[in-house]
Amino acid sequence: MAETRSTCPYCGVGCGVIIESDGAQITGVRGDPDHPANFGRLCTKGSTLHRTATAAVTLQTRLLQPLQRSARGAAPAPIDWDTALDRVAGTFARTVRAHGPDSVGFYLSGQLLTEDYYVFNKLAKGLVGTNNLDTNSRLCMSSAVAGYKATLGSDAPPVCYDDVNHADCLFIAGSNTAWAHPVFFRRIEDARRANPAMKVVVCDPRRTDTASVADLHLPLQPGTDVMLYHAMLHVMLQRGWTRPDWIAAHTTGFAALETRVRDCTPEAAARVCGLPAEDIVEAARLFATSGATLSLYCMGLNQSSSGTDKNAALIGLHLATAQIGRPGAGPFSLTGQPNAMGGREVGGMANLLSGHRDLANAAHRAEIAALWDVPEVPATPGKTAVEMFQAAADGEIKALWIGCTNPAQSMPDQATVRRALERAEFVVVQEAFATTATCAFADLLLPATTWGEKIGTVTNSERRISRVRAAVPPSGAARHDWQIAAEVARRMAPLLGRPAAMFGYDTPEAVWNEHRATTRGRDLDITGLSWPLLDALGPQQWPVPTGAGLGTARLYQDGVFATPDGRARFSDAPWRPLAEPRDADHPLSLTTGRLRDQWHGMSRTGTVGGLFGHAPEPAVQLHPADMARHGLRDGDLVALASRRGRLLLPAQASEDMARDQAFVAMHWGPEFLMGNPDAAEGARGIPGGGVNALTVPAFCPASKQPELKHAAVRLEKTALPWSLVALAWLPEDGALAARQALRPLLARFPYASCVPFGASAAQDAAPGAGRTGVLVRAAAAGAPDAALLEAIAALLRLDTPDAQRYADPRGQQFRRARLDAPAGADGDARLDGFLLAGDTRSAGWMRTLLQERLPAQAYGRRLLMPSATPPVAQQSQGRSVCNCVGVGERAIALQLARCTGDDARRLAQLQDALQCGTRCGSCVPELRRMVRATPAATEPAPAPEAASLAL
Amino acid sequence: MDMRAKKQRLVLVGNGMAGIRTLEELLKIDADLYDITVFGAEPHPNYNRIMLSPVLAGEQTLDEIVLNPWSWYDRHGITVHAGREVTEIDRARRVVRADDGTEAPYDRLLLCTGSTPFMLPVPGKDLDGVIAYRDIADTQAMIETARTHRHAVVIGGGLLGLEAANGLMLRGMSVTVVHVNAWLMDRQLDEAAAGLLRQSLEARGLGFRLGAHTQALVGDAAGRVRAIRFQDGTEEPADLVVMAVGIRPRTALAEKARLHCHRGIVVNDTLQTVTDARIYAVGECAAHRGIAYGLVAPLFEQANVAANHLARVGIGRYLGSQVSTKLKVTGIDLFSAGDFMGGADTEEIVLTDPRSGVYKKLVLRDDKLVGACLYGDTADGPWYFRLLREGGSVAGIRDRLMFGEPMPEDDVPMQALAA
Repeated sequence: MAETRSTCPYCGVGCGVIIESDGAQITGVRGDPDHPANFGRLCTKGSTLHRTATAAVTLQTRLLQPLQRSARGAAPAPIDWDTALDRVAGTFARTVRAHGPDSVGFYLSGQLLTEDYYVFNKLAKGLVGTNNLDTNSRLCMSSAVAGYKATLGSDAPPVCYDDVNHADCLFIAGSNTAWAHPVFFRRIEDARRANPAMKVVVCDPRRTDTASVADLHLPLQPGTDVMLYHAMLHVMLQRGWTRPDWIAAHTTGFAALETRVRDCTPEAAARVCGLPAEDIVEAARLFATSGATLSLYCMGLNQSSSGTDKNAALIGLHLATAQIGRPGAGPFSLTGQPNAMGGREVGGMANLLSGHRDLANAAHRAEIAALWDVPEVPATPGKTAVEMFQAAADGEIKALWIGCTNPAQSMPDQATVRRALERAEFVVVQEAFATTATCAFADLLLPATTWGEKIGTVTNSERRISRVRAAVPPSGAARHDWQIAAEVARRMAPLLGRPAAMFGYDTPEAVWNEHRATTRGRDLDITGLSWPLLDALGPQQWPVPTGAGLGTARLYQDGVFATPDGRARFSDAPWRPLAEPRDADHPLSLTTGRLRDQWHGMSRTGTVGGLFGHAPEPAVQLHPADMARHGLRDGDLVALASRRGRLLLPAQASEDMARDQAFVAMHWGPEFLMGNPDAAEGARGIPGGGVNALTVPAFCPASKQPELKHAAVRLEKTALPWSLVALAWLPEDGALAARQALRPLLARFPYASCVPFGASAAQDAAPGAGRTGVLVRAAAAGAPDAALLEAIAALLRLDTPDAQRYADPRGQQFRRARLDAPAGADGDARLDGFLLAGDTRSAGWMRTLLQERLPAQAYGRRLLMPSATPPVAQQSQGRSVCNCVGVGERAIALQLARCTGDDARRLAQLQDALQCGTRCGSCVPELRRMVRATPAATEPAPAPEAASLAL
Repeated sequence: MDMRAKKQRLVLVGNGMAGIRTLEELLKIDADLYDITVFGAEPHPNYNRIMLSPVLAGEQTLDEIVLNPWSWYDRHGITVHAGREVTEIDRARRVVRADDGTEAPYDRLLLCTGSTPFMLPVPGKDLDGVIAYRDIADTQAMIETARTHRHAVVIGGGLLGLEAANGLMLRGMSVTVVHVNAWLMDRQLDEAAAGLLRQSLEARGLGFRLGAHTQALVGDAAGRVRAIRFQDGTEEPADLVVMAVGIRPRTALAEKARLHCHRGIVVNDTLQTVTDARIYAVGECAAHRGIAYGLVAPLFEQANVAANHLARVGIGRYLGSQVSTKLKVTGIDLFSAGDFMGGADTEEIVLTDPRSGVYKKLVLRDDKLVGACLYGDTADGPWYFRLLREGGSVAGIRDRLMFGEPMPEDDVPMQALAA
């Protein structure tokens, strides 16, 4: 049993993990108590990492050898590494010679390690000679970067996590921290406990779990942030809450902004933002007058066509009120990915060079050319994410190398992305997982190492560099991303008449040391750091210049900023409306965001059935009144139509939504929504584009970050009366493969979804453990041919001789049910799987029967009888709220009915009784909401049994 | 005081279930209308022929299957000539004559001569130990042989054949059922159901030769059968061969009397022969609208109509019967009715539950139930048979049809049941 200190590969909090392994196989994971990002804590996602690295998951989902497609759409065939690497090098070199360096593009990821990034960046800009290298950080952080640089002069969050312990006001904007950065949110909760006077303001169109704990929630209309901040500044100026002295001493450009906000009265802003004027005034008061105000912001500001302005305007509030440069005060951009920061440190963007250098800057280019010992690095700005795929769709970029990211799921306007991937003459996908939508478009698939196997460094939201260590050897023939890039580079160099020596790294440390040299004298100077030091001192926050010893927790404490004149700059950008405002044709605002227990495209979290307990299936959330207006009931299938595409989803009423707004989680891509509303494509077995079939490619002119957070859509009724619901428990080593095999079959339906389910995330001993569930839904105008249904049934193991069958072909009815051998203490059979096609009324209670492993013998053939109510009494535990302990809605409701006292006491009683929310704590905000929603018990509490009957 | 002239005379030929049921119905309506005389070829009072199988299986005794003891005949003043076979009808004189010369005049004549088993015309069919399965004598012969012999072959995998085979097996013989068609009971079951039936009979120890054509029955020196030989040359040992390959209406007497016969004694909707209105025919010997029924249910329906007409109150018409089948083999539930095989113009709903050995097929035409074939769970058979005969539309209950007659509590919300 070995233990390896590394980091979590999910969000930008950058938690430290201790990986337990037997040397060959990862066996467990727990929070690293010594890591300053989490001090031992992990969220539901982090605490189940080991479940994403089991042999079963690896064999079913990982890319384990280089594969090559003889033709697009054909099944990829294995090839050896040398052939694969030669082919990449040869094809890229040929393309460059024939069409010039800008005819190739590199699209990478904020999940790569700093070392991976560095080599790719040097390969593109130093060897190939193109700046067409961008990453999915462009979809994530670039507005924050542009905002910081425009105001403070450097791409550097000036604050750190510890600042929550010194803040008197938290201003959370466009961030559902409770779900997106759960472990950091635990620190916020601790800080509030320690400082009950602390005020929390949350700006978010939705009443998220984060908003639900706010002292003041501003449910502003999407895209009106800049107007809100201008109005807040207007109020601050009016009430004398700004700090003219500090402004004069440390900033420039305030006058213009002052003029700009003169007309931005709270009343004017109230109309634009859809907020009560007095709430805007109150927000300004809390922000300006608190002892220390810390703003926390994320995609709500960044994923916007005015993302840079939103960031800059918010930072402007900090500058105008001098809420910066001291503990507890400052603008804190929460990073979405584990190493978006590190990527930028090495210049892994189309507009950057190593060491936070700017491509536009001739001196910077010369420095890098010298460091790399190349004649020059290209001056022409490279294509950013959206531009790169547009260029490929237009035929400008002919060869694409995609690494560690899934543009066919995550990029906006999927129609264009697909055109790009289909038109590009050569598409290389370097991936750890074979299951991503992008893999389907690759000519060449290169297997990469991933969490638990990788070696290098990452930088988290607070500029903290952590070592990433390997607990187990690479799976199959997988290689490290930096290695693959270096080996291709060594092969390509001679073909381009360059020395291969410039890529002669033998270890990631060697790469890192070269990167370190590029930071000398830069804002992120880490020349005082080394891998041995990182091992000795633990994770450090840059800068760590030579001789500094330890890292730097806070920047600009001396009021000197990273601008040429040392003064911070105000931006006076006006509020600009959304790229695609609501109109008569598209009257709904579609916003996207994260689920609590999933991450990005779910190539990793999607392998753990238990992580689907909290949000089991794709859905579009709507305000109950909008549901009523469209005559929709929960679960009804609706079509969301934008100017770019259509997406079918079940509707779901949510009180957290505002009127005229719709929410779809960013995770639901073609991997889980296999259906295709476009009959022609569907017939070819090509899934639809998922949520990003709808989103807009329009981006912020400064940061080039697309407005993934908003698209105008309309609801269209669907006429798909025929439906299919199937659930089955499958062996762990077969369930995910079955999901893969189902994808092309399900693509033939206008609507189809396929998600795993399982025991609660941390309950290895839970019922159904050792097996993974698969849930399939489909809808169509009429029944498909029986062969398709038979094939689906077979993949769900419902074709066994012992399966109950009901078939009424003319009546379009097809049903299957399979019971397992009588087992369990009660010696009763359990429902192992079922498929209902046509009349699916029974799906509800059969799902409960199956998922909760209730005794099913008594149901007999009534399992095949359509009925909205179960023929045998049963009681569901409801949706899983606490995944770690496995506590459902119903148990909580029953317990709450018996809890007495104020909210805090009842929460404590609840947690004592059920242990829910006592592990990772991700569900605590939701528990609080349930506590608030339930009146305290008065008379002596009834026995739980009695209560259960009462429900 | 009876104001009527001297009583009419009714003569019944055939002391079996059809005839006696007709008399019973008649007596219920008017006990005094006729002087009744009954001739019966078997030396027994009317017994329940259908229950011969349980007798053979040792589940019932002969006494238990007697329907009308001698006392019943006395009580109703019925003259019985048992063990006497009528050989001649003199329609001119309106007299019947039996093999022993006994004569009986009639005003009305009721022919219920039933049917005779069909014997395969193969070499050796007359050997000792080759019998049919029709009456008490056959049954007793089988019971006797089972005591003294080992190997039995039943030719015919239909209802009767399987019952005989099951009985002989229960009496300790090793039994092989020889059937010319691809699956058992092909007139009552589809292939799937027959497959399940075969499985469970094999599990009980019966052997089967399906699609097997009999070439000859092979005898020993003593002239007793010892084996059955098939056209493929193979043989099976056989100390007893029971032929159950079908029945033929027994019409010799009627034909001799010049009554029109075609697949039976042709009768009209009041069961009067089309040739002579004084003469009725009921049961397996009668051909109504071209059909001679071999099952008990239609026969009872005919008896009812015939009795009404004999009683002169009858305006009742017999319009033919829907038939349904049950196999009287303990522990095996199967049911079939109507057009269970379906066809181009029909729709099928099929349910299978292999774990409980259940197979159910319903056949619909124009939203009407026209056929059913059930195996393993026949509880709903009577309901389907009712729907089938009523012939109403089942469109409204199509999706419940397979799961039995809707019960009111099917729609009680769960909360109520949970509480």
